[in-house]
Amino acid sequence: MTDMTQNEIQDDAQEKTIYDELPDAPPKKTLKLSWTGKLGVIVVAFWALMALIGPWVAPFDQAEILDMDSYLPPGAEIDGGGTHWLGSDNNERDTLSRILWGARMTVGISFVATLLAYLLGVTAGIAAAVKKGWTDMILSRINDAILSLPTIMLGLLIVVALGSSIPILIGTAAVIYASSVFRIARAYGQEIMVMDYVESAQARGETIWWIIFREVLPNAAMPLATDFGLRLVFVVLFISSLSFLGLGIQPPNADWGSMVRESLEAMQFAEGMGAWAPIWPALAIASFTIAINLIVDDISAKSGGDLAKKMIS
Amino acid sequence: MQRMVFQRILIGFVTLWVVSVLVFLMTNALPGDVAQIVLGQSATPESLAAYRAERGLDQPLLFQYFSWLGNMLTGDLGVSKAGGATISSLISGRLGNTMFLAALVALISVPLSVALGLLAAMYPGTWIDRTLTFGTLALISVPDFFIATFSVLFLAVYLGWLPAIANVAPENTFWEMARGIAMPLIVLVIVVAAQMIRMTRAGILNVMNSPYIEMAILKGVRRKRIILRHAFFNTIGPIVNVIALNLAYLVSGVVIVETIFSYPGLAKLMIDGVQTRDLPLVQACAMIFCGTYVILIILADVAAILANPRLRNPK
Amino acid sequence: MSDLFEIDNLQIQARKEDGTPIPIVKGVSFNVKAGEVVALIGESGSGKSTISMATMAYCRPGLEFPGGEVRLHGKDVLSMDPQDQRKLRGNNVAYLAQSAAATFNPAITIGEQVTEAAVLHGTMTQEEADKRAVELYHALELPDPDRLGRRYPHQVSGGQLQRLMAAMALVSGPDLLVLDEPTTALDVTTQIEVLKAFKKVIRDEGSAAIYVTHDLAVVAQVADHIVVLYSGEIQEQGPTEKIITNPTHPYTKRLMAAVKPTPVAGMGELVDDAFDRDEANVEVRNMTAGYGGIVNGKPVITVLRDINVKIKNSHVVGVIGESGCGKSTLARVIAGLLPAAKGEIYLDGTKLEADLKNRSKEELQKVQFVYQMADTALNPRQLIGDILGRPIEFYQGIKGSQRREEVANLLRMVELPVEFESRYPSELSGGQKQRVNMARALAAKPEIMLCDEVTSALDSIVSSNVIKLLQKLRDQTGVSFVFISHDLSTVGSFADEIVVLYAGRVVEQGPVDEVLAPPYHPYTRLLISSVPELRVGWLEDTMQKREMAVGIARGVEITERGCPFYNRCPIAIDDVCDVEIPPTIEPHKDHFITCHRSMEDIEAAEAAPQQILHGFEKAAPDNEKVA
Repeated sequence: MTDMTQNEIQDDAQEKTIYDELPDAPPKKTLKLSWTGKLGVIVVAFWALMALIGPWVAPFDQAEILDMDSYLPPGAEIDGGGTHWLGSDNNERDTLSRILWGARMTVGISFVATLLAYLLGVTAGIAAAVKKGWTDMILSRINDAILSLPTIMLGLLIVVALGSSIPILIGTAAVIYASSVFRIARAYGQEIMVMDYVESAQARGETIWWIIFREVLPNAAMPLATDFGLRLVFVVLFISSLSFLGLGIQPPNADWGSMVRESLEAMQFAEGMGAWAPIWPALAIASFTIAINLIVDDISAKSGGDLAKKMIS
Repeated sequence: MQRMVFQRILIGFVTLWVVSVLVFLMTNALPGDVAQIVLGQSATPESLAAYRAERGLDQPLLFQYFSWLGNMLTGDLGVSKAGGATISSLISGRLGNTMFLAALVALISVPLSVALGLLAAMYPGTWIDRTLTFGTLALISVPDFFIATFSVLFLAVYLGWLPAIANVAPENTFWEMARGIAMPLIVLVIVVAAQMIRMTRAGILNVMNSPYIEMAILKGVRRKRIILRHAFFNTIGPIVNVIALNLAYLVSGVVIVETIFSYPGLAKLMIDGVQTRDLPLVQACAMIFCGTYVILIILADVAAILANPRLRNPK
Repeated sequence: MSDLFEIDNLQIQARKEDGTPIPIVKGVSFNVKAGEVVALIGESGSGKSTISMATMAYCRPGLEFPGGEVRLHGKDVLSMDPQDQRKLRGNNVAYLAQSAAATFNPAITIGEQVTEAAVLHGTMTQEEADKRAVELYHALELPDPDRLGRRYPHQVSGGQLQRLMAAMALVSGPDLLVLDEPTTALDVTTQIEVLKAFKKVIRDEGSAAIYVTHDLAVVAQVADHIVVLYSGEIQEQGPTEKIITNPTHPYTKRLMAAVKPTPVAGMGELVDDAFDRDEANVEVRNMTAGYGGIVNGKPVITVLRDINVKIKNSHVVGVIGESGCGKSTLARVIAGLLPAAKGEIYLDGTKLEADLKNRSKEELQKVQFVYQMADTALNPRQLIGDILGRPIEFYQGIKGSQRREEVANLLRMVELPVEFESRYPSELSGGQKQRVNMARALAAKPEIMLCDEVTSALDSIVSSNVIKLLQKLRDQTGVSFVFISHDLSTVGSFADEIVVLYAGRVVEQGPVDEVLAPPYHPYTRLLISSVPELRVGWLEDTMQKREMAVGIARGVEITERGCPFYNRCPIAIDDVCDVEIPPTIEPHKDHFITCHRSMEDIEAAEAAPQQILHGFEKAAPDNEKVA
């Protein structure tokens, strides 16, 4: 500071170097997750990996009947060699193997369904936000109507009407959840559409495609990605619930929802360690969904919510 | 303001109408010939034709829709396939049970979750907040049936306090009723409240970023008063919205819970109807559920408009 | 005997993600005596607001106090326990924020918010506080003081809210008032009114005050002592008179240099003859525009009425007026962003379609719009290189390395380093972003640029640099400009012609040196008198002027008939000005004034300064009641 005061201003150029405009931009933030967020990432990554390679690392086939008795406790030896690390189920199958196979069904199907829901929902939502007028009106009303059908009921209706093959399950979940994606995409789209930079592009004479792909979507990407996580949780819960009601993924395919259902009777008997049988698939669902929620919570806290907590000291 | 409320209600009616179209189309998409399904494999071609004529199934779809809608609006819900009882009589008893359950859930969960949400927002970062945040996060992350089955395991099988099956009949004493309904009630309250607690907390903390909250801090206002007087009043709109949406969510929760506990409610009736392909019954139940849902959502929007001081006190 | 407030080596810091501290305030010391007004002056990022809040032992989330003391009556408030700090706030020290509109809780009545602090701290009962609040409303010259407390914040105007915030701060009779840029967001005429009220109550109440601002001219009116800050450090401090007449520190001198001069004729440099072709580039004829659809040939909400404006080739037309007068709307109508309801717009003699959707690519290219807020005008997900490159590619079909070359040229033209092409907007400072914003318009190689308040959101030094740049661009490129601003001295220094808008109508227009010299339209006169001057005592002097008596006490009224300025005009003629649309007279070539008075009357009024011609009683005679 002292050498500044000694400096006499010679010319404009020198002035600028001394009192450069103070930067008003905050230092660039890199997204750093807290330990809960990191834990979430590890768990989600694990299940994603299992969805890809589960059948190969599983010790047994998902449908293989291994023993004479059902509901063996965790750690039980198998007659033909090997161990039931997590016990066995009502049909004498290895629970660990079925959970690893089930990852492909539960996680995989939910992921594909959510992806489809996003494709549908974002396309329609952004179209409604950009085109406005009648397009928006019609799409919004249809969407309101779908949203006003309780999801489980809509699922039941469709599945009963069309049967429950895997493509139909995926399609059903995608259509149902596309409507909530539509709502969010439209809201973000509308928010971005009123920004000056979009108006500026319109005034330049840009086509609607440029506006959608270069101006709107890049700015909606981050919040939509966060929402994708939440949506995935809902789809997992939805498909598991349908399976639990016996209307989802059909045997002999293993999936976590139906595994809970099939093993439920073990709880009633609570025969020794056999009561564990429904707990493993239930834990698998819970670990996956809680992990995603932990990541989402962490990200949204980092982008603003965190400040709120500190507001009142 | 009246204009906005009126507009919202009008949009609600349009939505209800679109819902009726969707329900009608979807139930008509059921594969196979309705007459065949209803009358069974042994039906003669003559009886099939007679049934179609009687039910108007040989008419164009559009005509069928309007006659169905007309009947629905005049209270004629049709005749159930099973036993030929009128659907209104089947529904009336069941509807009461479901409404009773839903009303109790709302009565308990709304004050409970607003109070807990406020509590969490009032002491952010403390163990109360952390417990509530993580607990509710875990609860919304697991499926409803998971909570239901574990409640059964714990309260009915392990502790033996409550029956696993929710038997309610008109001849039951109050105590029997209470015990019978306890299990579905507990499960639904947990499921619904978890979401509401989170949203209430988030709503309050969101407002806490406003300059007027900083101003209140700088006026030396106590934390409790800041939350209750300054933040809460601005969050009423969003909170009412969340409450209505979650009560609407009850509709979904009811399906699972009534199935698991065999509670004789409307949802159970509908699931049974779905399994026996009792078309008119499914249509009627779906319309009741969806109608309730839409009405709740409209109420939420209207409440949000009414809670806005700018709209309530015009210039 | 210690001073009321002593700030001693105050330090405030933030922390990076990894925990390393970032100093925000680096050891600041100054004192505030009882009854004294100390101004903290500096630009954004100087830490002035942060320091002012430290007097209440408060800092924004994410900041902390690593060292230093803030002593009230000799007792350090930073080390008090939180309950005692809370009792201090709103009681001993009270705070006035920059934006009253955001600071008032929309769901609570004004009365409750104003009296809350006094009642909560137990200094008064609710009745006493209500009574005191009404007294303050009177003292602050607020309308309808007895019923004001029952209203909600959105039901009163911005200037009134700003004064209500003063009532809120003063109600419990604090030792120290902290005023954080309380007039920055206001129009000049509103600013005077608020300044006058603040100054009066501060004097009457005898409380000390810390006045935070970036505007030296405002400081000169209210402060006894000035502290100049840059980047969290004190550069210079001393009595107001000394600082503004004899600044020693180079940074203070730079701040002084950026203070806007009083608008007078001949203040600006006019356009170079080389480009002066004296033909209309853009012409607006009989244009009426507004919002909410068109009913019976008129918009539901009319913003602009019967506008006629000519923008000559390579000329700069400044559009001036208070917020809400329709100046931004004018630019939006020309750009086609808001189609006009009536009237025509011509570009180089050809009629333009009202809606930009129906205009050709060449027409779009020729008319470019520059937004006020660079933050929202630049896509945060695009690199500067792409933001500037796109118009080049779009209009001229230039791609690849040639496009990069053009982008580099543009960056050089707006005096930014070429490396900025690979940065995102968020990595730039406010002034730099505004330069990119203008460069994007230039990239289209336009004939006319519509600049909407492009300097309003910038600090004074930055904004004067941007104006210099605009002058350079005008001289180099021959582009015409419509320069919209609420700041008459900025317009006066840059424009060739001025259009004065009031309540959606043109009240005066013409060459800059004609508009800024008598005869003035009464509204132009009011605007000129409202621009703060950098001298002690200006506020008192200007308040003596005739136009101030009625001009600043009343708000804008949108009227269907008569002259819109009637209710604020010191020389209005009753039964004429409020009934008939005023005629337009042309005292000199191309200089138009819309007024019922003759030029002789206007000039006579100028010459007889204290003659009140308008039949208004003087506002609020009961000021004296408040002791």
